[in-house]
Amino acid sequence: MMQIPNVAEKWTGAVKEVTIGATKEEGGTRGKTVTIGGTNSLPFMDFDGKPGHKPVIALDVYDTPPEDWPEPLLKHYEDVVNNPANWAKKCADEYGADLICLKLDGIHPDKGNKSAGETINTVKSILEAVDIPLIIWGCENDERDNEILPKVSEAANGERCLIGGATQGNYKTITAVCLADGHNLITQAPVDINIGKQINILVTDLGFPNDRIVMFQTTGALGYGIEYCYSIHERGRIAALSGDRQMSTPVICDVGHESWRAKESKASDSEAPQWGSFANRGIMWEAITAVTLIQSGVDIIRMNHPEAVSIVKKHIEKLT
Amino acid sequence: MITIAERINGMFLDVKRAIKEKNASVIHELAKRQTEAGATYLDINVGTAAADQHDAMRWLVETTQEAVKTPLAIDSQKLDVVKAGLEVAKNKVMINSSQGEPEALDIYIPLAQEHNAALICLTMNKDGVPQDVDTRVEIAATIVSKVLEHGMDMDKVFIDPIILPVNVDQKQPGYMLEVFSQIKLLSDPQPHITVGLSNFSQGTKEKSLLNRTMLIMAVAAGLDTALLDVLDQDLMDAGICAEMILNKQIYSDSFLKAARS
Repeated sequence: MMQIPNVAEKWTGAVKEVTIGATKEEGGTRGKTVTIGGTNSLPFMDFDGKPGHKPVIALDVYDTPPEDWPEPLLKHYEDVVNNPANWAKKCADEYGADLICLKLDGIHPDKGNKSAGETINTVKSILEAVDIPLIIWGCENDERDNEILPKVSEAANGERCLIGGATQGNYKTITAVCLADGHNLITQAPVDINIGKQINILVTDLGFPNDRIVMFQTTGALGYGIEYCYSIHERGRIAALSGDRQMSTPVICDVGHESWRAKESKASDSEAPQWGSFANRGIMWEAITAVTLIQSGVDIIRMNHPEAVSIVKKHIEKLT
Repeated sequence: MITIAERINGMFLDVKRAIKEKNASVIHELAKRQTEAGATYLDINVGTAAADQHDAMRWLVETTQEAVKTPLAIDSQKLDVVKAGLEVAKNKVMINSSQGEPEALDIYIPLAQEHNAALICLTMNKDGVPQDVDTRVEIAATIVSKVLEHGMDMDKVFIDPIILPVNVDQKQPGYMLEVFSQIKLLSDPQPHITVGLSNFSQGTKEKSLLNRTMLIMAVAAGLDTALLDVLDQDLMDAGICAEMILNKQIYSDSFLKAARS
């Protein structure tokens, strides 16, 4: 009988391991840490090499109640949207979050213009309420991010958070404070692999170690550019495995927010009777976006709906 | 691309003198400068003038290793001089080189395997350096089949079809490009393809320009490594650009810097 040929690819590079969160012994207060990356093979093709760490799920917590969440999503958080600490606790205790992603929309001038003091209190209350690691994400208004994030970073000194995002146009302040306070850094690009690589070069030029970087290519949900996002992740991962050191950082994607702003997740039964049940549509939108992007090589998935989280976790277990 | 830096070679007068006088600082300096310039391997060649080539090879390898941890390409046509270098090598190594006839390959491939070394194989045999495309490709096919027979990792094999000076025979560069394309098809995974690039411009008045133009054309035809002057930054940058244009590297505004680091 003919021998079955060995088709395993031999890659020369690997994705860097990044650890988020620090325990007491490490200078923080986390009960557990999360390590991502470490693979030297394409996702779930572990016959090629080391599979690395499994993708993990970060659940979003906002510092201000979300204004546009449809009812099938909001109903799971109604009791906590005004209290980020309780919100985080619910995500950790009931919904299986590996990490909390605190999104600081409330510091945006148009969404509350919250002060640094208020924001520091929010961060501290979450760090007290849960013992899983924390991602802290600015409001994407450069001026406010540059004002608030350094103070938040200092207040969380030693906790080895993941803080974002550094963009090509605004990276110096956030890179410097993450470097000083021992945090990890999100580098952010607008669905553009060339800018993604460039921003990694820029922050490492400032002396930021590339084993503390997580890349973010602005995510497109199912029906809203997921193909672009997928192919960029895939190309970036292949470059990393082929030895491109600037691309060898783990990847985060924002599935929850992008899926729940799709009209397919928002349209009620009466608005779109032919689209299937409103109660399930958004969950499926989020779950399918996540399981698709997992195949492209992502390490942290930001999510919202507990049922979608549960579907995606089962899917990851099945694949690993 | 994988670059093999050519300057630690007794054919250069400064190195020749350094070997004679056991002047380590000349070698240290060349090892460091070439490593900083992006060399993947440092070629180590004692040249022809050394009184005791074994002793000279051992000294060059040891002296280079005092300065850098860069992998070394032990370069000699004499097997026992290669062995003398391998004996004292601590850094990762490549053997430069074996000829392409089966008898030589049966000696050099196991030697490379024993030292976990990469191996450059020249497409030349007992009849010398072929002048045509077909004989070069035939010898390359012999090399590939011998590598498979010995179970050597194809990723460690570098086939060198031997580039000749452009002012000797102007048909040769075109032949080389054809040879590169054909060697790529010989096996999957394919062996690396390399040349001694400076040989191409030997005796000409426009060495740097000729080298980088040939490098770009060669990379387009499938060359992925070369023995060259890594201290010629225009040449190194041309190689980086060629690989980026072929989509082997992801573009970014700082792609030159990223590839140099």
